[in-house]
Amino acid sequence: MASATEYIIHHLTFNNVSLNGKSGSFWSLHIDTFTVSLVLGFFFLFIFGFVARRAKVENPGKFQLFVELIVDMVDGQVKDIFHGKSKLIAPLSLTIFCWVFLFNLMDLLPVDLISFINDKAGHPEAHWRMVPSADVNATFAMSLSVMILIICYSIGAKGFGGWLKELFSAPFGPKLGPINFIFQLIELIAKPISLALRLFGNMYAGELIFILIALLPWGAQWILGGPWAIFHILIITLQAFVFMVLTIVYLSLAVEDH
Amino acid sequence: MDINATLLGQAITFAVLVWFTMKFVWPPLNGMLEERAKRIADGLAAAEKGKQELLDAESRVADELKKVQQRAGEIIANSEKRANQIIETAKESAHIEADKIIADAKAQIDHEFARMKEDLRLQVSDLVIKGAEQILRAEINKSKHEQILAQVRAELQ
Repeated sequence: MASATEYIIHHLTFNNVSLNGKSGSFWSLHIDTFTVSLVLGFFFLFIFGFVARRAKVENPGKFQLFVELIVDMVDGQVKDIFHGKSKLIAPLSLTIFCWVFLFNLMDLLPVDLISFINDKAGHPEAHWRMVPSADVNATFAMSLSVMILIICYSIGAKGFGGWLKELFSAPFGPKLGPINFIFQLIELIAKPISLALRLFGNMYAGELIFILIALLPWGAQWILGGPWAIFHILIITLQAFVFMVLTIVYLSLAVEDH
Repeated sequence: MDINATLLGQAITFAVLVWFTMKFVWPPLNGMLEERAKRIADGLAAAEKGKQELLDAESRVADELKKVQQRAGEIIANSEKRANQIIETAKESAHIEADKIIADAKAQIDHEFARMKEDLRLQVSDLVIKGAEQILRAEINKSKHEQILAQVRAELQ
């Protein structure tokens, strides 16, 4: 069934543009991931910035209350988990939660919507993947940023010397310096990898299942597609929440002593 | 997995989003929420204070009422005492006055009585003398019986 394979490959291929003319090099850009995430990011900023500008203490509207609900939830998580003082962590968590949620939300758009539009526009071969969190570049961009912040917070809390000392002296004590260092390095690297791959894996699998469901006869698609989409509402929220909470946890671990 | 420059683009976008959120989204929203929480806390504290003040005022009013009642009782008792005193004094002075009036009246009566008696005696003696004169003019010499007349007069006293 070559057409099914082609269909799946078509749906899982990025709209890739090479920046230096050579194909397959690092210097190429997934236009689809980049554009969708940019638009979603600005959507988030527009909504929240709009509400923040006109936020009223008394008689808030329903829309403001909705935004407050999210802000309050994030604030509660940050206050529960992170006990230091930081002006960055709460806005960072809010951005991560909302941005990742919007990424994941794109998974609920019909898988053939973009292909349909491309067909109608006369470019049936054009590639466009709608879910940025099903692209490792998007998830790793966030998780590596978080890793850099982990290092910055460690150094900020313990000083550069203190951080280096901890790398070699915890968890087994200074006598086993190199082993400690290897453990710490693994721990440090495992954090962004687990963050990025957890989100990527969930969203990629979700997208793939939607594509597979789309291969069924059209009359039967709702039997699997309906439950999977409903279940996915939970997954996309949960994954956004998990990414945010783990970021806060990692940063609070970075500030605390081992 | 193909990692490429999208990673950098995404990281830059991420940094911009976080910067904007930190600068323009989080502070006003969080400040507003804190302000609201503060206002609610203030309102509750004010309500609690008002309740306490009401209780204080009620107890003050009760105290004041008790004092006033006590004072009123004292005043009533005092005035009753005073009224009794006044009545007693009035009775006493009335008695004295009455006694005095009675005594006066008695004295006057006595005086009047004495005067009347004197008057009567004079009139009677005059009458007797006249009668005697009438009788005696016929047969008794006035000078001859002067002694007897004087004796009679003395007896009449």
